[in-house]
Amino acid sequence: MGTGKPKADLLPGTLDMLVLQTLMRGHLHGYAIAQLIQQLSDDLLRVEEGSLYPALQRLELNGWIEGEWGLSANNRRARFYKLTSDGRKHLAGESARYRQVTGAVARIMGFA
Amino acid sequence: MRAGSRWKRFRRRLRYWLGHSERQRLLWEEMQFHIESMTQELGAQGMSEPDARAAARRKFGNMTQKSEEARSTWITRWMGDFAQDLRYSFRGMRRDAGFTAFTILIAGLGIGASSTVFSVVNALLLRPLPFRDPGRLVWISNGDDWTTTQTEHYADLRDLNRSFSDLAGWSGFYRAGDQQLTGAGESERITSVPVTGNLFALLGVAPAMGRSFTAEECQGKYYAPPAMLLSYSFWRRRFDSDPNVVGRKLTLNNGPVTVVGVLPASFDFASVFAPATPVDIFIPWPLNDKRKPTGNTLKVVGRLKLGVTVQSAQAELAMLGKQLTSQYPDRNPIVPWLVPLAQHVSRPVGPALFVLACAVGVVMLIVCANLSNLQLARLGARQQEMAMRAALGAGRSRLLRQMLTESVALSCCGAVLGLVLAVAGTRELAHVHAFNLPLLQSVRIDGSALLFTLLAAVASGVLFGLLPALWVAMLSLREGMQDASRGSSGGKRHAWVRDGLVVSELAFACILLVGAGLLIRSFLRVLDVNLGFQPERAAALRIDPSFRISGFPQQNAFIDDVLNRARSVPGIVAAGITDVLPLRDDRSWQVSAVGQVYGKGHPPPEPFIRVVSDGYFAAAGIPLRLGREFTERDRASSEPVAVINETLARTLWPDQNPVGQRVATDGGRRVVGVVADVRHEALEKAGGPEMYLPMRQTGDYAAMQLVVRTALPPDNLAAGIRTALRPIDPNLPVREFVTFQDLVDKAVSPRRFLVLLLAGFAAFALILASLGIYAVISFSVSQRVQEIGIRMALGASATDLQRGIVLRTLGLAAVGLGLGMAGSRVLSSALGSLLFGITTGDPVTFIEVGTLLIAVAAIAGYIPAWKASRIDPMVALRSN
Repeated sequence: MGTGKPKADLLPGTLDMLVLQTLMRGHLHGYAIAQLIQQLSDDLLRVEEGSLYPALQRLELNGWIEGEWGLSANNRRARFYKLTSDGRKHLAGESARYRQVTGAVARIMGFA
Repeated sequence: MRAGSRWKRFRRRLRYWLGHSERQRLLWEEMQFHIESMTQELGAQGMSEPDARAAARRKFGNMTQKSEEARSTWITRWMGDFAQDLRYSFRGMRRDAGFTAFTILIAGLGIGASSTVFSVVNALLLRPLPFRDPGRLVWISNGDDWTTTQTEHYADLRDLNRSFSDLAGWSGFYRAGDQQLTGAGESERITSVPVTGNLFALLGVAPAMGRSFTAEECQGKYYAPPAMLLSYSFWRRRFDSDPNVVGRKLTLNNGPVTVVGVLPASFDFASVFAPATPVDIFIPWPLNDKRKPTGNTLKVVGRLKLGVTVQSAQAELAMLGKQLTSQYPDRNPIVPWLVPLAQHVSRPVGPALFVLACAVGVVMLIVCANLSNLQLARLGARQQEMAMRAALGAGRSRLLRQMLTESVALSCCGAVLGLVLAVAGTRELAHVHAFNLPLLQSVRIDGSALLFTLLAAVASGVLFGLLPALWVAMLSLREGMQDASRGSSGGKRHAWVRDGLVVSELAFACILLVGAGLLIRSFLRVLDVNLGFQPERAAALRIDPSFRISGFPQQNAFIDDVLNRARSVPGIVAAGITDVLPLRDDRSWQVSAVGQVYGKGHPPPEPFIRVVSDGYFAAAGIPLRLGREFTERDRASSEPVAVINETLARTLWPDQNPVGQRVATDGGRRVVGVVADVRHEALEKAGGPEMYLPMRQTGDYAAMQLVVRTALPPDNLAAGIRTALRPIDPNLPVREFVTFQDLVDKAVSPRRFLVLLLAGFAAFALILASLGIYAVISFSVSQRVQEIGIRMALGASATDLQRGIVLRTLGLAAVGLGLGMAGSRVLSSALGSLLFGITTGDPVTFIEVGTLLIAVAAIAGYIPAWKASRIDPMVALRSN
């Protein structure tokens, strides 16, 4: 696959994990996901809107999230995503792995 | 990733792909919503509506590109490319209709031939036999692969063994037209197989209607079966598929018989066990009847118990056989010999099928080489197009894929044509009864044949597209453009690739031609064999009387009557009666000479026995060597006599005059004559010992075949003979009129089958190879038009030019021929068991094939040479 190019402002491979983690909060549409990631990271992490949608397609193809159409706050048709049980499992695995890696990096860098 | 989730993902991807236009629209809407939301937010921060929209769009980026990126997660790129390539291929096919038609035709012929051969191999070797759980069925013969077993031994083996869940059998000595059926229409001679009652249950065949035989029905009299089962084809032919046929009472050989059932269409006994002799009915074999035929009469099959191997069953039965042989010295010896049934059925055809499969494989290689060559030639014209594509950004792998897509699309179109041919071919084969091959009737295009065709199409497409595709991919941009502008010499590299292809085509064609040549020469040798009888103008007709013969006077009166009437028909040169026909039926006894001592190490010979009337030798055309033939005066009341063949004479009385000697068998007989050996088993096999008994002195025969020798072609006389014989017995059925030539044809039919197919393949290969060489030479001539023009302007004569071109052709042919001959020499040893009368290195065949190929190559090269010599130098120089 590998057509979603890693963005400079996110660590490679983390976008999927962030999207999944964001969806732990409930059903969200694409725009809300982007906003939330930005807010939660105190505007540090910016999801480039254009790369969000390939990521969502990819996650859905893997069966980790499911999209369905609904109405947004201002009554417009939007596609809301939710985590599937497979997605939860995948997220758990990914975050554990991520914690290991960042921990290791931090130890080497002498941050810890 | 685990296989399960991969599979799920694949299904999801397929679903997305199938609904891709709808999905794309929704994705678009989703992104639109995103931009809308951004616009709103920017508006809320105080930006004007148009500015906010523009900013949002800017921030989002190129929507089309993003949507394509998003889409590419489910439609992988190659799928889209593939569809595009396919569309392009079809457009190209339309544009270049001549090339397309030729390619499809050639590929279709090749694939059609492959699929047909595959279907034959599939039916005869690969597909399981049409019985329940056929892997557990075992053929049990006696000593060698064909000898039959005594019924008493069968009964004992069945009771004593622990390896088989059951044993069943049928008569090894049933013959075409053994029974006469009356009632329900015209009286007719039909072929019946006496079987043990459990045969159908053992094979796992349930009657389509009615039931199988009951135990009671298997206790009756051998010559008066109370019940019969109809084969499906006989039910359709004779009873018009009457659904109420079960329970009908008919007359079989003057005895009442009831139809108890009809066997299913899927059960074709004859095609498995006795190809080319269709079976009409089955009758029960009463094991306890004292009047049944004695001796080794039963063919036996067994069903192994679960988990028992053939080896362990063999060990057990071998032991039982020894035990039975010593326990019952009065019976014939029994040496059980076990072979898996499937192997027994298909073994005789194995080598021939292997050769056919290889041959068709070689044909496919030639087809591919030819098409590859054609594609390469066409590339010359398409170089500019390819260079343009490369210039516009098509990568090498993309060009490679496009070329392969094109060739696979072509070969798949060819496969459609091939499938049509294969369906027609298999249908033809399945309906031809002329070939004496097992299971041929079940040859058809089934699922596995379809799959094979598809694989063959894709594989051949890739194979013949690969060289051109690699060529295109290697072609550098600059070179392509330059070449195109100069209009040609498409590269010297190009030339040697194409020369190589032509050489390999010739080499493969040579191998096929040598194989076919060897088999054709063997076939001719077989047809040329001295049969011992003269099949031309001889024919046989089954004439067993419908009444029961009660004694010698009645029998001999019948024989006199038949012979007198037959001989009075105009055009009949000679007439006689026999019980068995050459190349069809057999039986043998041990015969010992009076005054000789035999023992374990020196058993008496076991000649084949024929019971014949006076006039038979003349009618069949068997020459008398010594002594006299039988006459009318050799009757029950006169001295018992016999005629033997040369082999038996040599065996019993080497270096002595056999006439006047006595044999101890059959109550003792005096030898009165010696006749030539007859090939009765196969044309390829010498006859072995034979002994003839006069029909008027014995009642021990199972059939009466009237044999006539005619001055006209025998078929013209059938009606006359029928009319002449009718007064003897109005019920005399005279359906079966067999010419001796038919017998010979049937005996050589497996060989004819192989030769016909292989010769067809070889001819096809030769045509392809000559087309290939012609194409390459004409191409090289067309590339050199200017050069030729200059040469001619400088004074080169037409002859010089022609000589040059023809020499080049012959050079290619010589290389191909050399390789092919070397290959043939190695591969022809695989044909060893199929050859007759020649060796695998038969010099005549090799020389003939070499001459033929060189001649064809010379012609294929001469045509372009002749055309080249007519080039007008001025025109050639001006063009371009």
